[in-house]
Amino acid sequence: MFIDRLDVVGDHSAVEDERRLGRAAFLGVSAVGLSSLVWGRAAWDAVTGTLPSDLGSVLPQPTRGWRIYTVAASMPNPDPVSYRLRVEGRVGRPVSLSLADLRALPRAEQVSDFHCVTGWSVENVRWSGARLRDVLAAADGPLSGAGALSFVSAEDPYVDSLTVGQALLPDVLLAWEMDGRPLSRPHGAPVRLVMPQMYGYKSVKWVERIVVTRTPDVGYWEQRGYDRDAWVGRSNAA
Amino acid sequence: MTSPRYVRRFSGTERALHWVHATAFLALLASGLVLYLPALAAAVGRRPLVKEAHLLTALAWGVALVAVLLLGDRRGLRATARELDAFDADDRRWLLGRPAPQGRFNAGQKLNAALTAAFALLFAVSGVLLWLGERDTRFRLDGTLVLHDVVMYVSVALLTGHLYLAVVHPRTRHALRGITVGTVREDWAREHHPKWPTDAQ
Repeated sequence: MFIDRLDVVGDHSAVEDERRLGRAAFLGVSAVGLSSLVWGRAAWDAVTGTLPSDLGSVLPQPTRGWRIYTVAASMPNPDPVSYRLRVEGRVGRPVSLSLADLRALPRAEQVSDFHCVTGWSVENVRWSGARLRDVLAAADGPLSGAGALSFVSAEDPYVDSLTVGQALLPDVLLAWEMDGRPLSRPHGAPVRLVMPQMYGYKSVKWVERIVVTRTPDVGYWEQRGYDRDAWVGRSNAA
Repeated sequence: MTSPRYVRRFSGTERALHWVHATAFLALLASGLVLYLPALAAAVGRRPLVKEAHLLTALAWGVALVAVLLLGDRRGLRATARELDAFDADDRRWLLGRPAPQGRFNAGQKLNAALTAAFALLFAVSGVLLWLGERDTRFRLDGTLVLHDVVMYVSVALLTGHLYLAVVHPRTRHALRGITVGTVREDWAREHHPKWPTDAQ
């Protein structure tokens, strides 16, 4: 028979002096942690705002640095040689563009911040590619009566859409370079959409088809309750 | 020299609770890092499957905790919880880095238990919110991701120290026997935990 409880041995001189620090630590840490659901992100950004941002490319910090989100069982790996981007639907001339065709379009570069709706951001991402408006023009589109574009990913069933007005904004790109290097597979190689004014789920990776439609299709995350007009800071109850 | 005498430090229920936690944490950490680190995410791929594994492990962890509480020695656990809760003057001296005799748990172990319990709660709450937030934006809170990640980083730091003391450090690693088979050498217990009444058997 073992006796393994302090209270059984009766009065220790120290027992009178006992403090319930265990539960205090538990309740204190729990309270701080639960309340941080409200203030944690702002506090974290304030504290880490001074650190160099390339730290995040090695070890993601909670609010900075890339995270790779995918929805399909396997990450697409399109062959850049046989890759074709089809532009179809309500356009004057449906086209199928190779990477060389895309590179022949006026080159567009921009530096923008990438914001994920789940609460992380990557600042000053340098994208290179072509403006979406130039890609559409190559297909003589959009035709009058067209209201939206669907971006179909090689990652089935991922799809999202922009209105024509949104798609023609000058900072909407089809990008094949990121930070001076060819776009990598996790970031959507060979070609992805970049819509910097909206949360990242609008910037469809592995784009293989652009369909010009009359009205916007409901995107993958929009089917799950997220806003179709995903303006950063002005949507998804931000 | 006579063969060493052993004293019981942890009941079966306590050990079950420890290993449910340990196993679940390591499995959740592994799948979580695949979801979290870009290099691992790209190497492993199959995100939906890994996500599913992460969620099912979390669920299994919760179910196993409830099962231990339902089937185990709750009275013993309550007594241990009281022990972990109480910090006497010696414990507070010990926390300040001064030598002071310790009971069945030293003050660091008591603190580790309190933090581990709090982190379990915070992991569970933020994890459930992440899961719900993917389905309904009303559950998407600004700080959920930060909380889940920060608790992970702190937990890994705590676990590293825990593993060092339990497996590597020559003076303390005998404690591993207590949490695996339940008993520790009596002379070791007297040296490290002199206020633990091991002789009252």
